[in-house]
Amino acid sequence: ASDTRPRVPRALTDEVPRTRPRHRLSCDPVRGPRSTERPARRVRARRVMRPLEESEIQQVFEKLFKFVGKNLKNIVDRADQPHCFRLHKKRVYYVREDIMKRATSVARDQLVSLGVCVGKFTHSDKFRLTIGALELLAAHAKHKMWVKPTSEMSFLYGNHLLKSGLGRITENTPANQGVVVFSMSDVPLGFGVAAKSTQDCRKLDASSIVAFHQADVGEYLRAEDDMVQGKKE
Amino acid sequence: DDDDDDASLEGIENKSPKDAKDLFSDEDEEDDSDEDDEFAELGDDSDEDDDGPLEQDFSGEESGSESESDEETLLPIEKKARKEDARRKREAEDAAAEQVLNIEDEDVYELSGDEDDPDAPPDLQHVQARIQEVVRVLQDFKSRREPGRSRGEYVERLVADLATYYGYNTFLIQYLLDTFSVAETMELLEANETQRPVTLRTNTLKCRRRELAASLINRGVNLDPIGKWSKVGLLVYDSRVPIGATPEYMAGHYMLQSASSFLPCMALAPQDGERVLDVAAAPGGKTTYLAALMRNTGMIFANEFQKKRLSSLVANLQRMGCTNATVCNYDGRQLPKVLGHVDRVLLDAPCSGTGVIAKDSSVKVSKSEADINKCAHLQKELLVAAIDCCDANSKTGGYVVYSTCSITVEENEAVLDYILKKRDVKLVPTGLEFGRPGFTSYRGKNFHPSVEKSRRFYPHVHNMDGFFVAKIKKLSNKLGPAGAEDGAAANGFGKATGDGSDSEEGYEQVSGSDDEVGEGGDGYGVGVGVDDEVPEKKPAGKKKNARARMLEELKAELEAEKKAKEEKRGKEKETKEKPAKEKKEKKAKAKK
Repeated sequence: ASDTRPRVPRALTDEVPRTRPRHRLSCDPVRGPRSTERPARRVRARRVMRPLEESEIQQVFEKLFKFVGKNLKNIVDRADQPHCFRLHKKRVYYVREDIMKRATSVARDQLVSLGVCVGKFTHSDKFRLTIGALELLAAHAKHKMWVKPTSEMSFLYGNHLLKSGLGRITENTPANQGVVVFSMSDVPLGFGVAAKSTQDCRKLDASSIVAFHQADVGEYLRAEDDMVQGKKE
Repeated sequence: DDDDDDASLEGIENKSPKDAKDLFSDEDEEDDSDEDDEFAELGDDSDEDDDGPLEQDFSGEESGSESESDEETLLPIEKKARKEDARRKREAEDAAAEQVLNIEDEDVYELSGDEDDPDAPPDLQHVQARIQEVVRVLQDFKSRREPGRSRGEYVERLVADLATYYGYNTFLIQYLLDTFSVAETMELLEANETQRPVTLRTNTLKCRRRELAASLINRGVNLDPIGKWSKVGLLVYDSRVPIGATPEYMAGHYMLQSASSFLPCMALAPQDGERVLDVAAAPGGKTTYLAALMRNTGMIFANEFQKKRLSSLVANLQRMGCTNATVCNYDGRQLPKVLGHVDRVLLDAPCSGTGVIAKDSSVKVSKSEADINKCAHLQKELLVAAIDCCDANSKTGGYVVYSTCSITVEENEAVLDYILKKRDVKLVPTGLEFGRPGFTSYRGKNFHPSVEKSRRFYPHVHNMDGFFVAKIKKLSNKLGPAGAEDGAAANGFGKATGDGSDSEEGYEQVSGSDDEVGEGGDGYGVGVGVDDEVPEKKPAGKKKNARARMLEELKAELEAEKKAKEEKRGKEKETKEKPAKEKKEKKAKAKK
């Protein structure tokens, strides 16, 4: 009532129409304001098959180095046939180059897997080796452990390896070294991290942990659904 | 077909004297009980003791008497012996005659009196007895029929009874009776009631069969090699540990796989360094076998349409150590557009599952004619797509193997017949040493003669799941049936020239019909014109659609009419002219 100017419909004014929503938050309500700890991520097509970036490849090689040491060169630059690592839907695949080239003709939503899946990136972008890497590791591993037949099944259920189940161990294994676990008939069963060095292992009592379990072949039966990406990603 | 004899049932039919003796003993036993052979044997023994010297030389007295008589003149004893023999013979003949009479009396099985009470639950023993009776009647219908009853009624009763007894729907029983003889149907139904033995395949990428067998035997598994035909198969009789959860299984040393699943991979026989496509790969048994045959060289495209089965496929590929596989999730019919040409293709098509009833008894009641036709349609589309993916000009390959776990003709031979008309392919021998050849004709439909190179497997014959395998060689990348021209054949049109090299003997060349024009343009005209009927032959060269044809026909008619009219006129003129001419001539003559 106090306003005596003639009322003109908004559409006829010269004003630039408002396109931004009226109430816009200045920061993400869940994760809080952006800070240096959470840098803006580079926008890149998320699900297409692509070579690994520098940071990603660094993580992968670090993890592999723990198990194979200098033999990493043999994995990365293979003499017989060139292989490469590719990232697809957060999983890292180790695949022969000619197969990889042919796989590019498959659409990204339809491509499920190529070659061998050696690991995956978690939600917080940490790399973790999965059981598919076992063959690769077993072929080039520097430190190995052999498990007694009586404790095979226990390890294959996902339990850690105890001193009572330990049959043999390679000499000079330092603590926290990646080890590949074999059965006494030299069948690779899985891999893990040595809890203690070889010398310390000798002094341990029967029920203490000798190797922390990371992956075992029992997962093919227990966790079949984890092999393929679920709907989340 | 119903008169095929089942010899085991018909021990009674033989009428030679020797068998008559056995009959005699059997009759005794039948009167007592329907016991098994042990009793019959006992009866036989008792008879044998009484046999004359001509038959048996066992009893001491008679041989003794003979040996004595050898030394002296035997006449009185001989005479006695011969009398005795004659008497026995007469007795035996009379007994046989009696026997025959008895059978004839039993023969007339009354169909009418033997109805079931529809409300009460079926008495299975009664049903079983009736089945046996009807089968017997059908085997010798003329002599054993009930007068006034047609064969159809007996068959109807048999179908209903078999459906009740074995738990099928009548469609499937009727289908089996149409496809096989009565005796074979019975065997098949019986075989479907029991499980086939458990078999496993050694993963040659990781170990040898001998070592695997040794380590499994150590764990307490009772096994044997599967047979001469496979070097990687093992047959498991029983085991103390769960066979699907041993450390060897988890390490990927073997795969639990039915014996019939070995066959399409053996037929395909991929070579090192080839590109192979598996159109319906899950759960991965055949794909991993292919990778093992190729020794992880070359590349395999493992395609699976159903998302929920992908995880088992990927898991199996990883577990068995296949490094040359790419897994994708396409509808098989889209594959020609996505993948380029590959050397070999394996299509283990989704089917109605009538061969694996022993594994999944829900198939007994759930399948109808519509289901089978739907499956057949899908299989035809998939096979066309599979053949389009294959490269005919590949140096080492150009083969497609088509297999199903079904024994119906619509899904097997009919699909092959269709593909022979649709693409430039031919059937080649599968390379499998055993198995029954495919049918070349079925219920009035005649298939291409080379269809007999495919192989059928049955549970009651081979003791493996019902299966069908066919190996197809792609002759050229043209999109048209064998012998069709290039380019013009893209739409299925064009003159059907008989290229001597490509065409099979006595096989009619066909060209496409109008329907394929729009969708056949880019060569992916799948799912169109999927009928089994052969479209009409077309004249050379020009495209003609329906309207143009009609116009032509009208023109032709008009022309014919015109001609007829002209002829008439011509005749009339002649007739008119003739008298005129004659008159003129007469006048001329008269003048002269």
